[in-house]
Amino acid sequence: MTPQDVDAGRRDALKLGGLTLAFLWTGAGGTARAALNARRQPGDAAAAAADGNPPFAPNAFIRIDADGSVRLVMPNVEMGQGIYTGACMMLAEELDVGMDQIEVEHAPPNEELYAMPLLGGQITGGSTSTRGHWQVLREAGAVARAMLVAAAAQRWRVDAATCTVSRGIVSHPPSRRSLGYGALAKSAGALPEPGDVAVKDPSTFTLIGRPLRRVDSADKVRGAAQFGIDVKVPGMKIATVRACPTFGGTVVGINDKRTRAIPGVLAVLQLDGAVAVVGEHFWAAKRGLDELDIEWDPGDNADLTTAKLREALADKSHGGPPIIAREVGKKPADGKLVEATYQSPMLAHATMEPLNTTVWLTPDKCEIWVGTQVPTRCVAAAAKITGLPEGKIVLHNQYLGGGFGRRLETDSVEQAVHLAKQVSFPIKVIWTREEDIRHDIVRPMYYDRISALLDSNGRPVWYGDRVTGGTVLGRWAPMAMGKNGLDDDTVECVAEVPYDIPNLKVEWVRHDMPDGLIVGWWRGVGPTHNLFVVESFMDELAHAAGKDPLNFRRTMLQKNPRALALVNLAAQKMGWDSGPLPARVGRGIALGEPFGSKVCLIVEAEVTPRGEVRLRRAVVALDCGVTINPSSVEAQIQGGLLFGLSAALYSGITIKHGAIEQSNFHDYRTLRINETPLVEVHNIGTGHAPGGLGEVGTAIAAPALCNAIFAATGVRLRSLPVDRAQLAKSMDVFKTVVGDNGAASALDGRPKA
Amino acid sequence: MFLLRVNGEPHTVDVPADMPLLWVLRDVVGLTGTKFGCGIAQCGACTVHLDGQAVRSCVLPVSAIGDKSITTIEAVARTPSGKQVQQAWLDVDVVQCGYCQSGQIMSAAALLARNPNPSDDDIDAAMSGNICRCGTYVRIRAAIKQAATGEIKVMQTVAPGPRGAS
Repeated sequence: MTPQDVDAGRRDALKLGGLTLAFLWTGAGGTARAALNARRQPGDAAAAAADGNPPFAPNAFIRIDADGSVRLVMPNVEMGQGIYTGACMMLAEELDVGMDQIEVEHAPPNEELYAMPLLGGQITGGSTSTRGHWQVLREAGAVARAMLVAAAAQRWRVDAATCTVSRGIVSHPPSRRSLGYGALAKSAGALPEPGDVAVKDPSTFTLIGRPLRRVDSADKVRGAAQFGIDVKVPGMKIATVRACPTFGGTVVGINDKRTRAIPGVLAVLQLDGAVAVVGEHFWAAKRGLDELDIEWDPGDNADLTTAKLREALADKSHGGPPIIAREVGKKPADGKLVEATYQSPMLAHATMEPLNTTVWLTPDKCEIWVGTQVPTRCVAAAAKITGLPEGKIVLHNQYLGGGFGRRLETDSVEQAVHLAKQVSFPIKVIWTREEDIRHDIVRPMYYDRISALLDSNGRPVWYGDRVTGGTVLGRWAPMAMGKNGLDDDTVECVAEVPYDIPNLKVEWVRHDMPDGLIVGWWRGVGPTHNLFVVESFMDELAHAAGKDPLNFRRTMLQKNPRALALVNLAAQKMGWDSGPLPARVGRGIALGEPFGSKVCLIVEAEVTPRGEVRLRRAVVALDCGVTINPSSVEAQIQGGLLFGLSAALYSGITIKHGAIEQSNFHDYRTLRINETPLVEVHNIGTGHAPGGLGEVGTAIAAPALCNAIFAATGVRLRSLPVDRAQLAKSMDVFKTVVGDNGAASALDGRPKA
Repeated sequence: MFLLRVNGEPHTVDVPADMPLLWVLRDVVGLTGTKFGCGIAQCGACTVHLDGQAVRSCVLPVSAIGDKSITTIEAVARTPSGKQVQQAWLDVDVVQCGYCQSGQIMSAAALLARNPNPSDDDIDAAMSGNICRCGTYVRIRAAIKQAATGEIKVMQTVAPGPRGAS
């Protein structure tokens, strides 16, 4: 692959809009894969054997056996986002089978067959799955259907065009003959690939567009779905680990006397920066680890604190060399200048399923069971560690108990393979929740200075933003960095905004974290951080211009009718113009175009005298283009929104002595059901190409929340998470003005904070 | 040695007295539907029933169980409220990643068993110990109400489920 290819691929990907992980990745085999292919035959004989040598396997996604069973192989991984259901619907729609007639299989690691076209690797992330597969999966279904129909037509000696298909049965109505896919599988498998195959006209869809039940619901409701942590391998032992709490620290020595006295403890293992205890069961391993005396060398980060990191970021914002991400026109000489500084914290993922990996390493083979967003990267990493060729690394992907970007990393898999090298039995390594949070690969912190000029009508004529922060892309896919050194992710959703603002300048200052503090992808990636800044600032501008924040946005959307329609819809559904709200209740709006979708959110929130924020209601207006499954769309927006609100309200990773201070859900607080507002999702079904969904709700959450808090209290929050002490202080001021907020608080009948 | 009654079956387990029920179920009995989330009774993923009461199995020492009967997600369908809740979970299509849902369903089933018609506040009180990072709370609330009332108020899904990934 030449650099030109990379750049071309990158540009193509970027053209799709809202794409964050826009790059071509050099895959596990060392070569870049262009895209998955609706017509490509499944790989080698070994892969076919593993698949049970199905008589009909026209491409990597469809397997039809002689008994008529239809197995669909999922190129992406399922971590809650519903992509198995969406992918099955796209395939089944064109294949003309019912959703009750299919079986679902995890794809094996195979760049050739399952690379995501938009990412150039077998990666699930960036809200790309539906966008990247919309065309190819429908084509894959259509190709298979055409071959099965051709097989029937050949057998009956009739024109294929006179045949119909319903629920996996090909019929020839004039002669009243019919054959099931199973009976046709073998002869269809012997046919050449058809030439041009048309996909259905959307008006004839029977599955796409319907709110079908998820393919994984039944198993998940019965506790029968197998996640990585549930894997059972004969002879397997359980390990749990503790890495040096200080980033980059190492083990000096251990005393394992007490550990080895615990019944069920089998082994104590050491790596450079971590120790592990292996037991007959997790409890023995955990108890053993707790009893272990470990001497750490904290290394260079022993004095690191969040305050120092913040200070360094601020210094870099003022003194560091900026890279221009986008510049249009120039800053006018006149106008009212509004300036603000925003800060975003580090965040942990805290997937419900703590990180875990099961490895069985023998001299000539390494088997891995894990739920990962990057199966081929795991294979490449294991090959490197074991010295085995990639063909000897067998990875079994599992359902993921949440990903949110954490499982785009291979650190825990690498650690497990290193540990497996030290034992002779299969080993399942489970991180405690404490380990999962203290050794998360956190969302980077950011420091942004944003400013704008308003003309005499209060309309923005220029905006400038200098984003300062670390780069995930620079570590994770360095070849995808721009020629000028730009990481596109850091400026996504600020370099381009929905509004008609004639002049702008957006820059990024790269500020790497100290060695050992690794930053990573976190649901919503760049847009989550930038929309907080831009959409909070839009509210500040509206305030400075003396305008209603919703109308302020409307006036800048005359050239963006899709976005304007969303603002109007959200306003109508919320009743934006309805009468006065109770004391300390406010509504905040935010608009964004992340991940190829368009979204407007209005949050209604109340701030108690103690500074607690109560979410009352959230209204989302969404334009995600073609809707595959409206139930999934609603679920992703609801869930993504709550994920974002949770982080904005409660979550922030802080550092002391070079270590993460938080450790579990008691000090890394997340939203609970009693804190959950009513959430309404209004999806404008447009015919545009599908947009991403998994991260859209998350990305738009924080600014609408903070704008609602401003409307409720007059306090502008420019850093996250929400500082309840600051809001409580503001309420003291409010109290002296209004004088009755205690009484008013009792009116709503809810318990006080 | 402890004699446990799990889902109606007797199990004799040779484990330390302080071993939480969660790990006895998962690593010894072999029932993995009950999940590990936090280990400190903060997230509810490990919720099971002890004589019908929802408990956090990650902090419940096996020695404290005595002769109480244990019900896990694998067998909760045998109880009327468990069956109702699981069906409502399917009808509303609550799950996303699904990892917390065993615990959510166990908490909801215990709630409905003792309070067949819970109010919003009752639901909040019974369910606020169960964290869902995917944010399925809106549908959890809807599903509990649907299970309680039998009234279908939310978007209904139509297809029977196919078989899941192996």
